[in-house]
Amino acid sequence: MLGPQSSLVMYDEEFQRISQLLEKLLRESNSKVIFLVDKNGQLIAASGETANLDTTSLASLTAGNIAATGGLAKLIGEKEFSILFHEGEKDNIHISIVGGRVILVVIFDQRSSLGLVRLRVKKASNDLATVFEDLARRSQEQSSSSSSSSPFAEITDDDIDNLFN
Amino acid sequence: MSFINYASREINCKIVYYGPGLCGKTTNLQFIYDKTANDAKGKMISLATETERTLFFDFLPLALGEIRGFKTRFHLYTVPGQVFYDASRKLILKGVDGVVFVADSQEERFDANIESLENLRDNLEEQGFDLDKIPFVIQFNKRDLPNATPVEELSKLLNERSVPELEACATTGEGVFETLKAIAKLVLTDLKKGG
Ligand SMILES: Nc1nc2c(ncn2[C@@H]2O[C@H](COP(=O)(O)OP(=O)(O)OP(=O)(O)O)[C@@H](O)[C@H]2O)c(=O)[nH]1
Ligand SMILES: [Mg+2]
Repeated sequence: MLGPQSSLVMYDEEFQRISQLLEKLLRESNSKVIFLVDKNGQLIAASGETANLDTTSLASLTAGNIAATGGLAKLIGEKEFSILFHEGEKDNIHISIVGGRVILVVIFDQRSSLGLVRLRVKKASNDLATVFEDLARRSQEQSSSSSSSSPFAEITDDDIDNLFN
Repeated sequence: MSFINYASREINCKIVYYGPGLCGKTTNLQFIYDKTANDAKGKMISLATETERTLFFDFLPLALGEIRGFKTRFHLYTVPGQVFYDASRKLILKGVDGVVFVADSQEERFDANIESLENLRDNLEEQGFDLDKIPFVIQFNKRDLPNATPVEELSKLLNERSVPELEACATTGEGVFETLKAIAKLVLTDLKKGG
């Protein structure tokens, strides 16, 4: 789909669709927080009670977790473990891979259950995968139509130097 | 692999600090963390052993400011330098946008630097990257120590590609921000080319 060197690009329309899907999943699975992370650890979107949550750290550790278990999987001849589940005293984390590329994280407590979360995640994953396919198509179109449309095509050395003042 | 988000007008880039065990990668990040204003940094995460050796990675998210209306965020990672953590090093390199190679200037780490640089090349290749093409800078760290190899010698040995090289003493912070700035500049310039 996308080579290792190409950027992940997010546009308004897909972002809205993703946010809506996450909201829906949050409601239907009775969970507390849901977030979507790129496999490299960048937060893509979040919904639910995120106010007191360090989502940047969560994103990075989730990606590290998936990367580490992916490494384990390869060692025993599996492609990857597509679902991870961590059970805590109050809160639980359900982690799954969507469309081979992004990571869906659901945090829930006793108001929900593993069975319900698993069921709802399955449906939502398919819908999310579709959005990411559209997104990949759109980035491809954009990059092949006009390479200079990037907002960064015009950055100057001064712009970069100014970042460090 | 950078992440350009038109919805939130943000751009995220991943920078990895690589180098032999104890060369000062974590110390670089710690200094940046200590000297950065609270509103420009997130929590620094260190997955380390009880003796403070990096076990999986250090992570420090930085928000540097805006370029053309886009917030620029840099995610800094260090790898564990000890030889036997190679599997973890490979994982951290996934989706990297730029690499800082931290060399340990001490004479007795001469071979360790070369080995680590070769290891970097191999591991990048496995991820589909070419060390001769990606944004790359070299830091000669521990310049304060009496047994430091002359810079010219290190440069000849480690810097075939003539990428930007910087002298540093990460414990006092000398050269640390200069290094970060050098790699950030290369990464952003790369982005400009539509990387
Ligand atoms: N004298 C001197 N000591 C340094 C310098 N930079 C780092 N150190 C010391 O070197 C030791 C190792 O530093 P770290 O930053 O933990 O090394 P690292 O590269 O992260 O090591 P690993 O996590 O094992 O890969 C620490 O005791 C640091 O204080 C320097 O510029 N000069
Ligand atoms: Mg370290």
